[in-house]
Amino acid sequence: MKTMKPNNTALPLSRDSSKQSIFRFILSELKPKGKIFTPFNIISIPIILTGIVLIVIRFIYGIGSVTNLSQEVPWGLWIGFDVVTGVAFAGGAYVITFLVYILNREKYHSIVRVTVLNGFLAYVFYAGALLLDLGRPWNVVNPIIGNSFGTSSVLFLVAWHFLLYMIAELIEFSPAIAEWLGAKRARKILSGMTIAAVIFGITLSTLHQSGLGALYLMAKDKIHPLWYSEFIPVLFLVSSVFAGLSMVIFEGAISHKVFFKQISEKNQTSQKGIVLGLAKICAGAMFAYFFLQLLVFIHQKRWDLLDTPMGYWYLLEMLGFVLLPMILYVYSYKKSNINLAKVAAIITMLGIILNRLNVTVIGFRWDAAIRYFPTWMELAVTLTVIFTEIWIFRWIIKRMPVLSEPPSWAKENK
Amino acid sequence: MSLDRRDFLKTIGIAGLTLCTPDILKAGKSKDSDREFRGMLYDSTRCVGCQTCETLCAEAHGLPPPVGELKAGVVRKTDDQHRTVVNCYKTSKGEVFIKTQCMHCNEPACASACLTQAMYKTKQGPVIWSGNKCMGCRYCMVSCPFDAPKFEYHSANPKIQKCTMCYEKMAKGGIPVCAENCPAEAIKFGSRREMLAEARKRIVENPDTYVDEVYGDHTAGGTGFLYISPVPFSELGLNTKIQNESYPALSKGFLYSVPTIFVLLPPILLGIYEATKKNQTHENNETE
Ligand code: SF4
Ligand code: SF4
Repeated sequence: MKTMKPNNTALPLSRDSSKQSIFRFILSELKPKGKIFTPFNIISIPIILTGIVLIVIRFIYGIGSVTNLSQEVPWGLWIGFDVVTGVAFAGGAYVITFLVYILNREKYHSIVRVTVLNGFLAYVFYAGALLLDLGRPWNVVNPIIGNSFGTSSVLFLVAWHFLLYMIAELIEFSPAIAEWLGAKRARKILSGMTIAAVIFGITLSTLHQSGLGALYLMAKDKIHPLWYSEFIPVLFLVSSVFAGLSMVIFEGAISHKVFFKQISEKNQTSQKGIVLGLAKICAGAMFAYFFLQLLVFIHQKRWDLLDTPMGYWYLLEMLGFVLLPMILYVYSYKKSNINLAKVAAIITMLGIILNRLNVTVIGFRWDAAIRYFPTWMELAVTLTVIFTEIWIFRWIIKRMPVLSEPPSWAKENK
Repeated sequence: MSLDRRDFLKTIGIAGLTLCTPDILKAGKSKDSDREFRGMLYDSTRCVGCQTCETLCAEAHGLPPPVGELKAGVVRKTDDQHRTVVNCYKTSKGEVFIKTQCMHCNEPACASACLTQAMYKTKQGPVIWSGNKCMGCRYCMVSCPFDAPKFEYHSANPKIQKCTMCYEKMAKGGIPVCAENCPAEAIKFGSRREMLAEARKRIVENPDTYVDEVYGDHTAGGTGFLYISPVPFSELGLNTKIQNESYPALSKGFLYSVPTIFVLLPPILLGIYEATKKNQTHENNETE
């Protein structure tokens, strides 16, 4: 670690909370902090602007004008990557809240807020990306206001759970907002709701993480048999554990570089223990996952499929992106090497992307004469979604006590 | 505090149950396959490939006329502007025609996939779509094993297009335009039971003409549209890998487990929470 800098974030923590001053305070906080011309900004701004133009085109001329979707392949990158993969990566929030609030592992407390924030934003943006993919988005309220409940639909369940989970995560995160605004009473009430929100959130997460897999159960004849099985929901659930935690490790590594100033001393020193602890959990979850995959493989007698191009692809995923990072994780905590854990996290995340895309895009209609391949515009919109999320994330980190210590008054009346 | 929590759990339980109890719990039981659904029987031995059905279907639903040449070896597909298509295949018994469109399944995958009930099976049998509910998610397309629903990708107000068995006409006592106008009488309309009986009768009376199988009898849990043909159906481009069980059954297991998890998981989590809270000091020493 570099030399310890004093924790001098510019958080205006104590203010008199008359309405007018809060208003003025928010206005001033809306202004950007920090340099405008960072490499990230220079790359992301043009892409975001392009993405916005593409989204406008998409709403005027239809989905077909920017995507390569077809009558045979109705769901592509936007669902397969933005929604299905994005939500898997957001799984860290339910696992960490489980560790901290349910199992009372205080060790992970310092990363709860940032993980929940990440999860919340991921849901808002990646589940929100679903709206871009809807042909008739003005009817999206139908299944919500109860004017037509398609309760036999897995998508109905998933959509509802997304919505409820966002609320649960917002409640879990809300004390940080209250601290930022200096709202003492609100903070007390909101933190009192945390446990309820956590329990509710974990339940919802188990169901919709598996539900995302269950979406594809009826596409039985369309998905390559190496990736289709009745166990997709279980596989999706188990893999969301290490997908989410790998994301936490990865995101933590980046935050520690980028937001060095915001991170309190205490959190800087505890980072190593946290990463190694998470590495251990990841390794365990990956072992369970690998074992499950093996069972499914044997159960479905897929041996003859192995010696095909798709079979090699499957082996690459299983060995190179599940088994290998699992071993790396094991080594990392045996040798207390957090850099190894970070490498493992990156490989694991690539593996998750591979797996989700194999089910939803690559293995979907693998035998079709004309294969789906996303347009550059689909890619640009996906990047827009990701970059906008990062922008908002950065905006919040620089203002609210997420990585930094909560204000002293918040600790006192805990 | 603990009272609050109990209330909260109760609420979750109730919310979970009402939100997640799948309709199929109620509907699945009454095996309606043999209720008087309307159905259609298509006889490949009679079809002469005149495309009358294609043309009149397009006219009746305000869609553009058929495109592409109908000839052996060329596979045309239904799309967002063509709800039905007739193709010709070179088979072991010479050239045979076959019409494709939505199968109007007894237990339609599309309808159980639809989260707004925009796609639904009417009491009369046709599976139809209603635009004021559909949000255009295309989950029906992902789920339909026959790839019947089509989406207007190039519209700002896109619709799902597929055969409706001329539901509106039927509601007024009419019959589907294709069945009404087929000059070769290759398409017959009536109750599904009658159609199935008719199909079997034709097969029994002319065992040399037909293969002894009705496509749609059991396919995907039974369909409203039935085929008989002189050659195995795989030679006519019909998907013969489709399972005989209904497709909604595939996600039933998952949907059944939802209420259970919703009721069981929260108390378990709460239990662990209470248990670890007491040991918190121990835990801390351990993990440090
Ligand atoms: S063929 Fe497809 S669209 Fe038609 S009823 Fe069956 S599942 Fe629905
Ligand atoms: S596209 Fe429309 S009809 Fe099809 S599943 Fe979605 S909401 Fe239902």
